[in-house]
Amino acid sequence: MSAIHDVVIVGGGAAGLRAAIAVAEADPRLSVAIVSKVYPMRSHTVSAEGGAAGVIGADDTIEEHIYDTISGGDWLCDQDAVEAFITEAPRELLRLEHWGCPWSREPDGHIAVRPFGGMKKMRTWFAADKTGFHLLHTLFQTSLKYPSVMRYDEWHVTRLLVDDGRVCGVVALELMSGRVEAIYGKAVILATGGCGRVFPFTTNAAIKTGDGMALAYHAGAPLKDMEFVQYHPTGLPFTGILITEAARAEGGWMLNKDGYRYLQDYNLGTPSPGPVLRSMELGPRDRLSQAFVKEQEKGRTIDTPYGPVVHLDLRHLGEKLIDTKLPFVRELCHKYQNIDPVHELVPVRPVVHYMMGGVHTDINGATALTGLYAAGETACVSINGANRLGSNSLPECLVFGARAGTAAAAYAGAAAPAGPAVEAQAADEQRRLEADLRGRGGRERIATIRTEMQTTIEGAAGIYRDGDTLAKAADKLRELRERAAVAALDDASRTFNTELTTALELTGMIDLAEAIVHSALRREESRGAHQRTDFPARDDERFLAHSLVYREADGTPRVEHRPVTITRWPPGERVYGR
Amino acid sequence: MTTQRLYKPRISVLWWLSRRSYTLFVLRELSSLFVGWAVVYLLLLIRAVAGGPVAYQRFLHWSASPWAIVLNVVTAAFLLYHTVTFINLTPQAMVVQVRGRRVPPRLLLGPLYLAWLVVSAVLVWLVVG
Amino acid sequence: MPEEITLQVARYRPEQEDRPTFDEYKVPLRKDWAVLDGLNYIKDELDGTLSYRWSCRMGICGSCGARVNGEPKLTCGTFLTDYAPGPVRIEPLANFPIIRDLVVDLTDFLVKLGAVQPWLIRDEDKPVEEGEYLQTPAELDEYKQFSMCINCMLCYSACPVYGLDDKFLGPAAIALAQRYNLDSRDEGADRRLTVLSQPEGVWGCTFVGECSRACPKGVDPAGAIQRYKLTAATAAVKKLLMPWGQR
Ligand SMILES: Cc1cc2nc3c(=O)[nH]c(=O)nc-3n(C[C@H](O)[C@H](O)[C@H](O)COP(=O)(O)OP(=O)(O)OC[C@H]3O[C@@H](n4cnc5c(N)ncnc54)[C@H](O)[C@@H]3O)c2cc1C
Ligand code: SF4
Ligand code: FES
Repeated sequence: MSAIHDVVIVGGGAAGLRAAIAVAEADPRLSVAIVSKVYPMRSHTVSAEGGAAGVIGADDTIEEHIYDTISGGDWLCDQDAVEAFITEAPRELLRLEHWGCPWSREPDGHIAVRPFGGMKKMRTWFAADKTGFHLLHTLFQTSLKYPSVMRYDEWHVTRLLVDDGRVCGVVALELMSGRVEAIYGKAVILATGGCGRVFPFTTNAAIKTGDGMALAYHAGAPLKDMEFVQYHPTGLPFTGILITEAARAEGGWMLNKDGYRYLQDYNLGTPSPGPVLRSMELGPRDRLSQAFVKEQEKGRTIDTPYGPVVHLDLRHLGEKLIDTKLPFVRELCHKYQNIDPVHELVPVRPVVHYMMGGVHTDINGATALTGLYAAGETACVSINGANRLGSNSLPECLVFGARAGTAAAAYAGAAAPAGPAVEAQAADEQRRLEADLRGRGGRERIATIRTEMQTTIEGAAGIYRDGDTLAKAADKLRELRERAAVAALDDASRTFNTELTTALELTGMIDLAEAIVHSALRREESRGAHQRTDFPARDDERFLAHSLVYREADGTPRVEHRPVTITRWPPGERVYGR
Repeated sequence: MTTQRLYKPRISVLWWLSRRSYTLFVLRELSSLFVGWAVVYLLLLIRAVAGGPVAYQRFLHWSASPWAIVLNVVTAAFLLYHTVTFINLTPQAMVVQVRGRRVPPRLLLGPLYLAWLVVSAVLVWLVVG
Repeated sequence: MPEEITLQVARYRPEQEDRPTFDEYKVPLRKDWAVLDGLNYIKDELDGTLSYRWSCRMGICGSCGARVNGEPKLTCGTFLTDYAPGPVRIEPLANFPIIRDLVVDLTDFLVKLGAVQPWLIRDEDKPVEEGEYLQTPAELDEYKQFSMCINCMLCYSACPVYGLDDKFLGPAAIALAQRYNLDSRDEGADRRLTVLSQPEGVWGCTFVGECSRACPKGVDPAGAIQRYKLTAATAAVKKLLMPWGQR
């Protein structure tokens, strides 16, 4: 038994759902499948707190948002893509309003906006501090009204079906029953989110294992700019739970162990009591996270059992503001840190948060493989460059989800159905998974290998990197790849076997870790989130270029570079606080 | 391919004893029986009154029998319980706004109980006075 | 504080057994550990066959519901130290068919969610180019609470009415219908009336109130249901008095 659709979408987060609705609206006759390893409303988009950027204020312009994004990305963004993105973002956010998203409002009923890091104007739409939650539930509930959208909830995609360079479906494991099936689609859209779980300490949910990137990489599509991993400056120690940037946008301060607003020492402006746009606490995330490491080196951080921390001070904001604009922050601090930010300092430290890199796509979400599209965090259209600005990601999911959906619909309308070759591939995959269940030879626990991978990559590809450590990590990861392939499974059951899916995720994550390390090794410069201590300067001469990483037949990564698209904004200095 | 075997837990007969609120819930469901009895009793009373003094006396006599008293006391208790839960529920169902702000449900309870007391007092005065 | 705590975890292995049993595991008792951290410890270090759902570990994705010592809880927001010295009993949510171990079948809820049409319904859509529908903060407050539902199903687990008759629409689905009914931008209340006012709709509820007590997000589904009863009753009376009216 196998199913046939026009468009198969892998992932039910913001990008996947938006894409599904776009296909349904483009042509209601096309049959759409959303295949997701968790129920769509559990997708990680649900955790996003701060907001979504889109120019709406009378004093704001598209040009300014473009400039903020490009300079924030240290000129590694493709400028045509940024321009399309920023022009379309406000309309997408409005569309969501029309679908019922409970955006926070001004007293007169208009949409309210808040400031955000690295943005020169107030343009971040928000729904208190549960923006992603409301956005995801609005999209999910809206998607229920389209009869052409069919869901495969809790189906884990394990492989892309490729017929002579053309992607024409996926193979997926239904968790509940354990059956493995081919789901054919003339076009496939990957919307599987990021891969923060490659690292040990992350804001990302358990499902963020980068499956889509690994699937595309295996099928022969290149990944782009994988060395750019965003650290968010304010995560709670131990859990890694995010304290949203909105906390600083509303006026929160970063203090070192002496109660000093240390960011003023790092070329980010001078302190003033209220929040100042593109300055101090509202600088970009890469710079703030780097400043933390410097403070730590100077011995001005506070030691805790879960590593060094600094403090986020919200006390001066007052209970009323915190309760209306940051209620979730208060709830999280209370629950997971046992403190009340109204009266106490919040301990925070930098934490892996977002993947700027991903599956290389063009401006319509098309990847290097015919019939395969990608959108959302899993894709790299190149609007985030070397460092994403907070609140650009949710609108990215919407804009490029919609674009990929529309493009895939147009393609699927004309494409021929899959050839017989892929049936063999599907059978092959079924056999592989069956064999996994019967035992894989090794004795090592999955968790052991995963922990080793995570510490390896954290040590080598953290906030600061250097060639030697990266090279050693590359060797180590190759070894881990082999060990992971035979790691032991306790569980031979077919019913809801989450150990099997964990093992599948792990092999994909090791591939991605290798892609990250190799791309980082080859980029001999410092730019945005990629800081090499052995090459501390930006080098536009050699590296105003994207890294493209391909998987060779034996599994090793091969890195190439390709030029960045510069249209109207020539590379310049990144200036904050001035 | 496998056949799915879902386990459907059975509810034990005594499930409603596991938690106070469940017990109260079942008792409240039960209370409707007594509400029904109260109505029947009222109808009997009316019939007795309509049937003349003899019928009325017989009705009073019958009501004084021990088992009828017990039944009526229990009925009164259940009626009281029914009323209290009903009143406590009202503010949940009705949202009252004063000057654009929602009145906290607890505050609504006061006037409701007061109204109940007043009505009861009037009834007592009618009967006794 | 003792070093360890015992977790008694309900297991159901459909390929091997007919009914659930309990397995006991000893896990470290640490100050910051949620019940979920205990389960993850078991999965990673002791027994890879234990199945349960989780993702965000910050109380927002709604995956990780289970009964902890009989009470429906989010395991990521319930802390082991609160149960010390133990043992702690962890069972799947009540009132749902069990797929395996702590994983229950939620298909029924998803069908019901779709049935209440949880999307914005307008008589006439305004083009996006014309901007947003205005909505004052007070109008937003009208439905905000009911929009906070994370679909965690703790309320269904707590609801005896649903336990006795799974045709009952249930707390969260009704709260979500009310979320749209009370939204000043929505005009679909009439279309939702049929589903909500049937016997298995709001009238199934006899106000046990356990759903609102179990809800980790302060949604107050019981309140939503009681409010809707008034709406449905008013609509019924209106229809009785004015059967010729268009609505
Ligand atoms: C804590 C936190 C806060 C954030 N706050 C903000 C913010 O305020 N503003 C902002 O703009 N951005 C924010 N971000 C970033 C933003 O939330 C994410 O980048 C975005 O939500 C990603 O959405 P997505 O649709 O690409 O993927 P996701 O929402 O992660 O969805 C991925 C989907 O893919 C499915 N999937 C994955 N693998 C498989 C597989 N193998 N088989 C089947 N299905 C699969 C999953 O089930 C899921 O449905 C935040 C991120 C985090 C971690
Ligand atoms: S109403 Fe509350 S308990 Fe019920 S599903 Fe929603 S969030 Fe969970
Ligand atoms: S893991 Fe997401 S709510 Fe508990």
